[in-house]
Amino acid sequence: MPRTLTSRRSSRRLAADAGLLAVAAAFALPLAWVILSSLDPKADLQVKVPDGVTWDNFDAVLTSDITFTPLLNSLILCGGGTLLTVVCAALAAYPLSRFRSRLNRPFLLTILFATSLPITAIMVPVYALFVQVNLIDTTQGTIFFFAASQLPFAIWLMKNFMDGVPKELEEAAWTDGASSFQSLIRIVLPLMGPGVAVVTVFSFVMMWGNFFVPFMLLLTPDQMPASVSINEFFGNRGMVVYGQLAAFSVVYSTPVLVLYLLIARRLGGGFALGGAVKG
Amino acid sequence: MRGKVASPPQPRGSARRSLTRALPVAPAVVLLALFLAGPIVYCAYIAFTDLQLTGQAHSSFVGFENFRAAFKDEAFLNAVWLTLVFTLVSSLIGQNTLGLALAALMQRSSKPIRTLVGGIVITAWVLPEVVAGFLLYAFFRREGTLNAILDWLHLPSQNWLFTLPILAVSFANVWRGTAFSMLVYSAALNEIPKEITEAAEVDGAGGWRRMWHITLPMIRRSIGTNLMLNTLQTLSVFGLIWVMTRGGPGNKSQTLPLFMYEQAFQKSMIGYGTAVALLLLVVGSLFSVVYMRLLRTEV
Repeated sequence: MPRTLTSRRSSRRLAADAGLLAVAAAFALPLAWVILSSLDPKADLQVKVPDGVTWDNFDAVLTSDITFTPLLNSLILCGGGTLLTVVCAALAAYPLSRFRSRLNRPFLLTILFATSLPITAIMVPVYALFVQVNLIDTTQGTIFFFAASQLPFAIWLMKNFMDGVPKELEEAAWTDGASSFQSLIRIVLPLMGPGVAVVTVFSFVMMWGNFFVPFMLLLTPDQMPASVSINEFFGNRGMVVYGQLAAFSVVYSTPVLVLYLLIARRLGGGFALGGAVKG
Repeated sequence: MRGKVASPPQPRGSARRSLTRALPVAPAVVLLALFLAGPIVYCAYIAFTDLQLTGQAHSSFVGFENFRAAFKDEAFLNAVWLTLVFTLVSSLIGQNTLGLALAALMQRSSKPIRTLVGGIVITAWVLPEVVAGFLLYAFFRREGTLNAILDWLHLPSQNWLFTLPILAVSFANVWRGTAFSMLVYSAALNEIPKEITEAAEVDGAGGWRRMWHITLPMIRRSIGTNLMLNTLQTLSVFGLIWVMTRGGPGNKSQTLPLFMYEQAFQKSMIGYGTAVALLLLVVGSLFSVVYMRLLRTEV
């Protein structure tokens, strides 16, 4: 008797599950290392189940020098950068989405072009420029650059979300005498709340993880965000204490993982990043 | 009538109107001009000078000297070669194929497995760059997990970061970047109407043939944009390699961004480093233009 379509499908499902689990195991190993080592009193470079669980590694790194100051610096840099990005992107997206103009298309094309430029490449000239205008080693300079590098993508994404808000609702407000600015603040942005959240979280996550920008533009150790200060574990402290490094990595990564989880449904389902991918 | 109501409050005169309408774009334009366009223009300028960090106050214009020097410099050619290997192995082959395979398997797997696997792969993507670099440094080290597994399987182990550093960082980039391709391809595969693949299945087309003759042609636009974005992303990877190998041993994993950094800062030759940066930027721009053409119909 020939195998039916259904039985073929269920055996195929098993095969697919097995294949996925194998890949997932390979992907999970490095992640397992960081979690297990952070709890292991005798952590080294291998994945292994610790003999006993300890919070000592966390206790050791949760000091103002090692963890709190760098995290606060990260928060100021990325919070400032994100705020600037989102405000500028929302303002810029509004006329692009609402009014027809001959300049819209060239502007959007330029923005799209800029979203895919390798920002890494311009860090050397940015450094040279920042030295000349005295913005080197300043938090505000780094915030401005963070915002500028994230803006093209943020405008693009914001405009796509804004296009989804029907114009009819604003027309009513306009008839009642509201200005465009009022209708943006009172009507459009609240209606595209989830979209604004996606742009905000995405910008923040990108900046939080970014290493090269603060590595180049900040020099004073006190100003370093966590992405750069983590390097200290290798360099100046002599022997690397892997357990503490793992504990720090966990603390530093948790905020972005949580934030990502909050917007994952919107990113995953309709795939909002499709703003860049699908046009 | 409706058309008349449907316009925002506007000052008289169309020139003034378009000016008011363009006003909200101004902050973004100022930021982009000062901090993005400015550095790019400056980059194009200092690439043609002999600007250095040490000592001298001014620099002079040297024309194409930096570029001529680069193409005679073995370290530069080495970096170009390594960048090609890194991009080819990790982005074009690794992230792209593995991402597609994962997305295709997810289409037919059970829901809990799909959620679990997606969660793990995406976590690797969301982790900060330096943390990711560090986890893979631990994985590939001589005392690390990979060798422990190889020992357990009675396979020869070696010091990966020393013997095959460019492959180690390429795998690291696959680990970190595959989630993006997976998400793009999952979205693309979900948009293929079920009837088409089912019809082919009833007609007796096997999995591979369906993939090759039906699925791939239908998602070719997604393949194009994904390849483009992966490549651009991979071209500018710095932190991951920096944490894992610092470009070494010697310069065996020194891709262009690391070479650029070394020339500009460790050797203080800003002009030369910037010339390399400009080349990277030009290559990136070419990819970017192709990418825009792929999206052309949509703007």
